Amino acid sequence: MKHKKQLLETVIHGVFLILGLITVGCVLLITVYLILSGIPAIRKIGLLDFLLGDTWASTAAEPAFGILPFILTSIYGTAGAILLGVPIGFLTAVYLAKMAPSTIRNVVSSAVSLLAGIPSVVYGLVGMMVLVPAIRTLFHIPDGASLLAAIVVLGIMILPSIINVSITALEAVPKEYEDASLALGATPVETYFKVSVPAAKSGIAAAVVLGVGRAIGEAMAVMMVAGNAPNMPSLFQSVRFLTTAVASEMSYSDGLQRQALFSIALVLFLFIMLINATLNFFLKRSKEG
Amino acid sequence: MEKHQISRKRKTYIIVMKSLMGVSAALTCALVLFLAIYVLAKGIPHITWTLISTAPSYLTENIGILPDILNTIYLIFATLLLVIPLGAGAAIYLTEYAQNKRLVSVIEYAAETLSGIPSIIYGLVGMLFFCQFLKMQTSLLAGALTLVIMNLPTIMRTTQESLKTVPQSYREGAFGLGAGKWRVIRTVVLPGCIDGIVTGCILSVGRILGESAALLFTAGCAHVLNGFFDALGNAGASLTVALYFYAKEQGEFGVAFAIAAILMILTLLINLLADLVGRYFKKRRSL
Repeated sequence: MKHKKQLLETVIHGVFLILGLITVGCVLLITVYLILSGIPAIRKIGLLDFLLGDTWASTAAEPAFGILPFILTSIYGTAGAILLGVPIGFLTAVYLAKMAPSTIRNVVSSAVSLLAGIPSVVYGLVGMMVLVPAIRTLFHIPDGASLLAAIVVLGIMILPSIINVSITALEAVPKEYEDASLALGATPVETYFKVSVPAAKSGIAAAVVLGVGRAIGEAMAVMMVAGNAPNMPSLFQSVRFLTTAVASEMSYSDGLQRQALFSIALVLFLFIMLINATLNFFLKRSKEG
Repeated sequence: MEKHQISRKRKTYIIVMKSLMGVSAALTCALVLFLAIYVLAKGIPHITWTLISTAPSYLTENIGILPDILNTIYLIFATLLLVIPLGAGAAIYLTEYAQNKRLVSVIEYAAETLSGIPSIIYGLVGMLFFCQFLKMQTSLLAGALTLVIMNLPTIMRTTQESLKTVPQSYREGAFGLGAGKWRVIRTVVLPGCIDGIVTGCILSVGRILGESAALLFTAGCAHVLNGFFDALGNAGASLTVALYFYAKEQGEFGVAFAIAAILMILTLLINLLADLVGRYFKKRRSL
């Protein structure tokens, strides 16, 4: 009887161990699949030609597979979104965490979580119908679907991550720090920006890195507003991001073209892993205080 | 008491910072208001009974989104069915069983990595692994399995958080009465983590509802009316994927806005529900 019970316990322990290891398995699966399917095209095209080639003409008679335009577009687009979203998100976070009366805080917080919940295709649709025509008339260009439109949409989409993570970091600042600053004669606003913010800087850095990750990985909204032509990045031109490069040709690709799309995904994955590592570094530091 | 004088420079700093904060917060709110009102105003007039109760037909040139609504519901149902045991099980392993600190940190790092991977990569790997390697073709099942991997970290995290609030003394009490580990988990730990699982489910439903990039290549874009089990084996568009195709490929902006309005209303409801449930569990725990 006792033996049977012990056996049951061991089996159940084993089952839970397997369940626990599933996440590790998934990460391995994704990594292995991306590497295995991404390497062949890079080998055929040549690593430097692939990464630094500035023309992408996958369906031309003499196809060219240079993804530098996509890499640069992703970097510029993300940088632009950060430039736009971080100041607004950061200031909103300080206001909500430190100054806002609780009713305003509740209202704005639910607005922010709505912003986080809106599907990316809805952002894309509104961008297509409002932002793209607005950019066209405002800057007198033939087509408003451009890097600028993508930057604005991404800047809005990363706001919730930046606001929420920054608020958590700001709220974790020990109250003694602020009390000491106030007692020394600093006004509340000075205290928030010169004591609380520096004390929460790792957490705020984590918020920014999280925003970078969100922006560089977004596909659908960008696909709907950025125009999708494989140009070198320029603010008012139609551009293609790493994510949209994968998504836009996948449905009709084959052969080397399809393999090259997998290689683009591999490059994107490497970017994301780098960002994740940075994020973890900052999160760890902010936990240690 | 003598009134303390603040220098002019400090005064300007305070005013500038205060107004910057006010402007930013107001801008954020204005954006949300604009998005919600614009989408609802543009979409609600296009929501008709025929739209939400029929399937599209080329013969009658009718556009209906019933198949897409059903597909979305099937996807949510199938994904939750699989992800709850997996995610909750992993969380239970981490908090109740795991003793090796290194293994725990590896698993947690893997979960964090999963939550950082963009959905387009999930879509691609899902297509390679589920649709091609496991020969599922483009089907709702392949889409649901892809979504399971995506939502695993969410369920894991919320369950883990709620498990941490189950007092250690409950477990010790049960052990002291002679219960085995499995019995303690079944009778003490599992009931204690229901709130985490429910919260995780609400978050996951929101995420599945809004997901599109991961479904584009795994679940496909067919608009055929199917029952649950038939649907799992066949391709089918979710609401988001349908929105994308109606807006980008077919230029049917009325339909696209109608879907957007439906998605917006559902997002609002989910947020409200998450809020209510969160408050309910908080209240119950403090009793």
